[in-house]
Amino acid sequence: MNTTIDRLFANTTKIIALAILLIVAWIFATLLDHSMESLKAFGFDFITESKWAPNLEKFGALPAIYGSVISTFLAMILAVPLAIGVAIFLSELAPAKLKSPVGVSIELLAAIPSVIYGMWGLFYFVPIIRDVFGGIGISMLTAGIVLSIMILPFMAAVTRDAMNTTPDILKESAYALGGTKWDVIKDIVIPYAKAGIIGSFILALGRAIGETMAVTFVMGNVHKISIDLTAPATSIPVTLANEFTEADTDLYYSSLFELSLLLLIISFTIISVAKFYFLRRKRVA
Amino acid sequence: MTHTQKRIVINRVVMTLSTLSAVIGIGFLLWILSVLVINGVDALSWSIFSEEGAPPGYEESGLKHALIGQLMIVGVATIVGVPLGILAGTYLSEYGQKSKLAETIRDISDIMMSAPSIVIGAFVYAIVVAPMGHFSGWAGSIALTIIMLPIILRTTDDMLQLVPSTLREAAFALGAPKYKVITQVVYRGAKAGILTGILLGVARVAGETAPLLFTSFNDNFLNTDMNEPMASLTVTMYNYATSPYEDWQKLGWAAAFILSMFILSLNILGRLFIMKKKS
Repeated sequence: MNTTIDRLFANTTKIIALAILLIVAWIFATLLDHSMESLKAFGFDFITESKWAPNLEKFGALPAIYGSVISTFLAMILAVPLAIGVAIFLSELAPAKLKSPVGVSIELLAAIPSVIYGMWGLFYFVPIIRDVFGGIGISMLTAGIVLSIMILPFMAAVTRDAMNTTPDILKESAYALGGTKWDVIKDIVIPYAKAGIIGSFILALGRAIGETMAVTFVMGNVHKISIDLTAPATSIPVTLANEFTEADTDLYYSSLFELSLLLLIISFTIISVAKFYFLRRKRVA
Repeated sequence: MTHTQKRIVINRVVMTLSTLSAVIGIGFLLWILSVLVINGVDALSWSIFSEEGAPPGYEESGLKHALIGQLMIVGVATIVGVPLGILAGTYLSEYGQKSKLAETIRDISDIMMSAPSIVIGAFVYAIVVAPMGHFSGWAGSIALTIIMLPIILRTTDDMLQLVPSTLREAAFALGAPKYKVITQVVYRGAKAGILTGILLGVARVAGETAPLLFTSFNDNFLNTDMNEPMASLTVTMYNYATSPYEDWQKLGWAAAFILSMFILSLNILGRLFIMKKKS
């Protein structure tokens, strides 16, 4: 009796665990299957064509890809220095009294849903961009900045965790040799935690590129490649969020599914790089 | 300037920059938080909880439809996702352990945790909404379950591994079969940790908007039939905030405030459980 239940329990848990792999495979297969029509119609041109005109049945993903890349790039160059600063402050500088409350509030802010960052961006940040840079305020630049603020807490928290793994004894030895705080940070902490820090940046990049709600509010969904950062633009997730419920032809749908597939492949790749090259779990023998 | 003086000066400069960036970063976040609290508290009133959505300009409008929809969509996702996640995590920690299969499942789950949630929405649209021919609350719950699964699975896995193996061995030595060891000894030892994982998982999916946009869609009125399109706080917030009507925008802020407070309390509660365990 007991052995039957035992085997039943073991097999149930195994089947459910395997189901995770199955679901992921199913997601890829479904998106590919639904992309077929667009793949057949446009082939490789889909990602090099810059014209997205649903009324003409013409779909090119280049403006969305461009928007995703540029907005994420903007977000990264703004967020990385700030995140390093916050992480250094939290792990090496802050007095013990501040360390924990500030650290916890940063972590809590990472839990605030991205839709709220987007809403803040729309009501409070768009007017500022409009006043300072002109244009309508809904733009690539706004999206990049809002995105950078949204990923900042996550990035700072993970970077701090990576820096905190540096053994105290290493730091103390460097201080004993007369090193300043900065000497210790640049010669001991950063080299020691390098893999973890880079890994957390790439992980944040992977999240930022798939982020939808923080940017949907402030980007405008305009399928036009423009060098002007204050012009409205679009990105892959923004296009999906705005147009999925509007698609009226099979080819339109299929093109949106191909965009989803593209996004999934891009972020899967970036996150895998972060995981496998930089954040490998320590294997305990 | 001597070499030492130079180093001291550089040190001061870098430390100032670092503190400054911390101040800027935290300043921005405080700004967002204060905007949320000021607008949210300003928009709160009893009618928010007692009235449904209404056309713009109506005095008596509220978020009852979105609150109930949100509870149902997230509730179903939790009821389905939590046991499945715990069982799958049990497999990883207790049976699969360091096997290749278990490690692969861990890796894929880690990646899925950061994968774009809007893609999950597209997937559920393809497998549920399109065949059924209409949006539905069920579809929203399915999307959230898929997002929640890897989170619960990985925290359960981690938390069960923290239970000392001597506890398991003691139970085995008493002749207990493995399932009993797991359900009566290991689960108990990891209770606080698993609970924290559940709270964080629920908090994470409760804030999801993108996967609901084209699964549960939206409804401006109260609907408790999961087979029909359903309002959620997040999608309602998005629609109201992007509308040109001031009273709708105000409701949007109320929704944002309620949702954030809910998610923050779950997070704080989760932390308290872990802390209590440690002390």
